[in-house]
Amino acid sequence: MSYLHRHPRLRLAALLSAPLLWLVVAYLGALTVLLVSAFWTVNGFTGGVVREFSLANFRTLLTEEVYRAVTLRSLGVAAAVTAICVVLAVPMAFFMAKVASARSRHWLVIAILTPLWASYLVKAYAWRILLANGGPIDTLLGGPGNGPGYGLFATILVLAYLWLPYMILPIYAGLERLPDSLLEASADLGARAGRTLRAVVLPILIPSIFAGSIFTFSLSLGDYIAVQIVGGKTQLIGNLVYANIGAANNLPFAAAIATIPVVIMVIYLVAVRRSGALEEL
Amino acid sequence: MTLSGPARWALRVFMGVGLTFIYVPLLLVLVNSFNGDRTFAWPPHDLTTRWWAAAWENDGARQALITSVRAGLGATVIALVLGTMVAFAVQRFAFFGRDTVSLLIVLPIALPGIVTGIALDSAWRSVMGDLGIGKGMFSVIVGHATFCVVTVYNNVLARLRRTGTNLEDASADLGASPSQTFRFVTFPLIRSALLAGGLLAFALSFDEIIVTTFTAGPGVTTLPIWIFNNLFRPNQAPIVNVVAAVLIVLSVIPVWLAQRLAGPEAGASRT
Repeated sequence: MSYLHRHPRLRLAALLSAPLLWLVVAYLGALTVLLVSAFWTVNGFTGGVVREFSLANFRTLLTEEVYRAVTLRSLGVAAAVTAICVVLAVPMAFFMAKVASARSRHWLVIAILTPLWASYLVKAYAWRILLANGGPIDTLLGGPGNGPGYGLFATILVLAYLWLPYMILPIYAGLERLPDSLLEASADLGARAGRTLRAVVLPILIPSIFAGSIFTFSLSLGDYIAVQIVGGKTQLIGNLVYANIGAANNLPFAAAIATIPVVIMVIYLVAVRRSGALEEL
Repeated sequence: MTLSGPARWALRVFMGVGLTFIYVPLLLVLVNSFNGDRTFAWPPHDLTTRWWAAAWENDGARQALITSVRAGLGATVIALVLGTMVAFAVQRFAFFGRDTVSLLIVLPIALPGIVTGIALDSAWRSVMGDLGIGKGMFSVIVGHATFCVVTVYNNVLARLRRTGTNLEDASADLGASPSQTFRFVTFPLIRSALLAGGLLAFALSFDEIIVTTFTAGPGVTTLPIWIFNNLFRPNQAPIVNVVAAVLIVLSVIPVWLAQRLAGPEAGASRT
């Protein structure tokens, strides 16, 4: 112990070795295997995996229309979910951080946090009940079939519902750090509320919004379970991956499809990194 | 910024509508668990507690609960050890590649769960299977721990940043050995952050379904997997309702505990 104490480099190595070994071997190692197996193929007769380099999977992905359609649909869903979450989260977070009293602020944070820890499946299931044919939303709108039912709209709605707290919390944290005196100074200098929002609040919020969007975007992009529960016939990237692993038993092709969200997320992470979003996670 | 009265009221109303949007579906599940109908009918005709009794007797649900708790505990222990080590390394040392390390920790939750899941699945099929290690509880714990590290890391890192090293320096100046300093100064300082981080890690593991689907061997059924398997079986609907209701009620506990232990910022993010 005292030997370690005198040698900070050794201490650092001792601290880092186990976690890095885990993340590099278990996680990056697995991602590498995934990437490599995306270049393998499946023998059509035996169903066995042929471990030889081939671009066949990626050729299929690029040439067949259905994959482009599903990718664009998934991107659209992820973008729509993120946009809905931002529109709902900014006023809610603003109210929590700047309007509510200190006491109610504490309770509001708890109120936002609690559903975050309620089970994902339970929440999706709740929406299945709500949106069911003849369910509460139909009844509210005047009879069976009047509500949106299951489908693409339901998928976007449910995903936005599921990830909303992930957007509210970073924005709230960002706003809480913004001193009230800054807002007062802006008002003293003659800025109206709209101007203050644009010139003072928004620049501070941008990294927080991006931080939240990493979750809403990534979680929507890879989801296939909520889609199965309320999506009707809708298919997203996640469903294709799942179908190819399960029913089709084509792991190499599933791996190739899974590189799509990885590439999209890496581009997204690199794009938002400069805003300082990663420090807000 | 001086907000006008109407603007404040508009925000207040918006907050109320938002909270309603968040809570109505959860309340619906709670009410529905007492629904007397076997097939879901809205509004419920009669209320009963017999599904709660039936769920309590249900063997599959009970086994799944035990499996989930075991997986959660395993993942939490690993996450606590690894997350704390990285947090100390990142906070106390300046070294080449420090940003890369923190990015590496965030990556498992920044990439879609299905990617983590299928990556582990293919690693297991292509490498671990050849080594004779099949999928089972172990692979589930490995998968969960990988994305749970970040919750412990974030909590401990935030605590280390806030407390600084003055107390540890004072302890060393006063002649305490490094192990004494750790036992009597450092550990008590980070204890509540460890508890909060561990709690969040457990909750994250407990709720995870996508990574579990891809890493669970035959016979390993966690509670989310059990719910999903029974979700589309009409006969099981009332019991699924009750399990769902129980999970909603239980979700209050980690939030409440984390708040008590580490202050309002605990669990302020998924991470």
